[in-house]
Amino acid sequence: MDRLQFSHETPRALGGGRDQAILGVVASGNLEVLMERVLEPDRCEIEITTPLGGYDAVWEAVIADFVERAAPGGVRISINDGGAQPDTVMLRLLQAARMMEGQS
Amino acid sequence: MTLDEILASLFPDGHDVTVQDGLIAGSGPLAGGRATVIGIADETTLGVDGALRLAGLVLDAAARDDGDPILVLIDSGSQRMRRRDELLGLNEYLAHLAKALFLADTRGHPTVGMIYGHSAAGAFIATALATRVLVGVPGANPTVMDLTSVARVTTLPLERLEELAKDTPVFAPGLDNMVAMGSVRAVLDADAPLAGQVASLLDDLPRFDDRDRLGAERGGRTEAARIADLVVEAARGG
Amino acid sequence: MSAPTADRAPSWYEASARARLAALLDRASFTEFLGPAARETSPHLPLFDLPRAFDDGIVVGRGTLDDRPVLAAAQEGRFMGGAFGEVHAAKLTGLLRAAAELRPAAVLILFDTGGVRLQEANAGETAISEIMRAIVEVRRAGVPVVGLVGGRAGAYGGGGLIAGTCARLVVSEQGRIAVSGPEVIETNHGVEEFDSKDRALVWRTMGGKHRALTGGADAYAADTAEAFRAAALRLIDRAPAFDLETMRAEQARLEARLERHGTAGDAPDIWSALGVPESGRVSALGDDAFAELLASSGDSHDAR
Repeated sequence: MDRLQFSHETPRALGGGRDQAILGVVASGNLEVLMERVLEPDRCEIEITTPLGGYDAVWEAVIADFVERAAPGGVRISINDGGAQPDTVMLRLLQAARMMEGQS
Repeated sequence: MTLDEILASLFPDGHDVTVQDGLIAGSGPLAGGRATVIGIADETTLGVDGALRLAGLVLDAAARDDGDPILVLIDSGSQRMRRRDELLGLNEYLAHLAKALFLADTRGHPTVGMIYGHSAAGAFIATALATRVLVGVPGANPTVMDLTSVARVTTLPLERLEELAKDTPVFAPGLDNMVAMGSVRAVLDADAPLAGQVASLLDDLPRFDDRDRLGAERGGRTEAARIADLVVEAARGG
Repeated sequence: MSAPTADRAPSWYEASARARLAALLDRASFTEFLGPAARETSPHLPLFDLPRAFDDGIVVGRGTLDDRPVLAAAQEGRFMGGAFGEVHAAKLTGLLRAAAELRPAAVLILFDTGGVRLQEANAGETAISEIMRAIVEVRRAGVPVVGLVGGRAGAYGGGGLIAGTCARLVVSEQGRIAVSGPEVIETNHGVEEFDSKDRALVWRTMGGKHRALTGGADAYAADTAEAFRAAALRLIDRAPAFDLETMRAEQARLEARLERHGTAGDAPDIWSALGVPESGRVSALGDDAFAELLASSGDSHDAR
């Protein structure tokens, strides 16, 4: 198991009223994303556990792209990866962010 | 110990226990009453027919008001892995046998399991594990999952699994590991009369299912009791 | 604090564990216990270089069903085949122990499991027994335990035994209930005994229609949360007590099945013997037509 950690500054807090969202499932080619609104509004921290080593740069790029698009300030993101492709990762992150933006 | 040795040690004054088609049935004088004996011998697999026959014997005992114990002696294979058994609903038959044992126990017939040989999978759950107290006889060898099968499914090398198995009771076969889980309460002394040892067990029955607590105390199953307690606490709140 | 869910798939089979619970129970009534944020993951999977899930593949909590309080558990069949590991199983054990004490209107178990998680086999096997014993305690406390089987992984192995301990079972066509899975039978006794690739054979030997017709389940539901909800509501009030009378009746029911069908070679032989007309067509019947057939034939489902 590889563990990766990223920390980003964000221009604003993620909108919406939910404190927590869980999405996806740890299965081959899939992943689960847990979002928790527990940080300062200008911070986003991401921790990834993945069985596939050697893709640090890909993860870094996908996460940076997601932070840029969603501005998930205040949110700690935890990912259990089952070996998902980058586009699946991005899709799940965006879906989870949308859930957080929903009503509590 | 062989089944004959066990029966002789349990019932020095004699008994009427017999084995037919791999199924053990009969009774013998024990602790001032007459214990019903059921079980599986010779590593026989447990299918729909056998499970139903054993369940019938347990229910007959459960219906009586004498409070006599039920002994479940096990040297079985796994469940019978046949198309016919599944077509007929083996899960119902095995669950029925386990429920019959649970029922008998709640009706005042203490159930004592004794594994003296092999057992595995559904047969183990439906018989030995469904008793109030399960003990092992030295040399018993319960195997929930053999390492070759684990290797096939996990695609990990067998050598690596054998290495892991040395200090990982949670998946490795063997009696000691089931003791560490808390599912086997104790291993009996083969050199002392079994009658007295079983009588002592009957005098000191656990009042609730404390197998997960035993597993935590013994360090083999550290999470189960804690997790179950946390869920109970959460359910009580709010 | 429960995590919200997305993607409410209309198909029960396709839906996630969380989506099933959300759609089964009254709207927004579910509160999860020991949810993913608690991070109670399996301590054993890392030994095998396997990824963990934050909830270890099961969701447990409380909610309401038609305004009646229930405790509910849902397995996620896509994570490790929904298998019972130590933490996974202990969450269900805890829920059942709570039910024996708190006496909700019912306990609902949404099965989706291949059985014991073999990387944690000894813990899982023991836990199956703990769960069965806990179910018996809940039933003795007068609380119906209703199992719902319609997930990808079915209810296999120890999951099949737990299902057989429930007071009532709802099954969909896709729901399979068995102890030994098709691959296990084939591995042990050859492809002549069971061809695991023969999908039709798997469905008619272990699938929901066969179980509903022969008394292995008490109700048949279409593959939707609405159908499972309606069936669960019907069954809650008809759950048998756990006592000598019920167990004797089950003994008689299972004896009669062996006597009548013990020599049957295939499921349609059994269906014919049960009085099903054109038993060869059962597999092709739609949900409504099958429900109608079930109402007019099939075995007694009373004692469980």
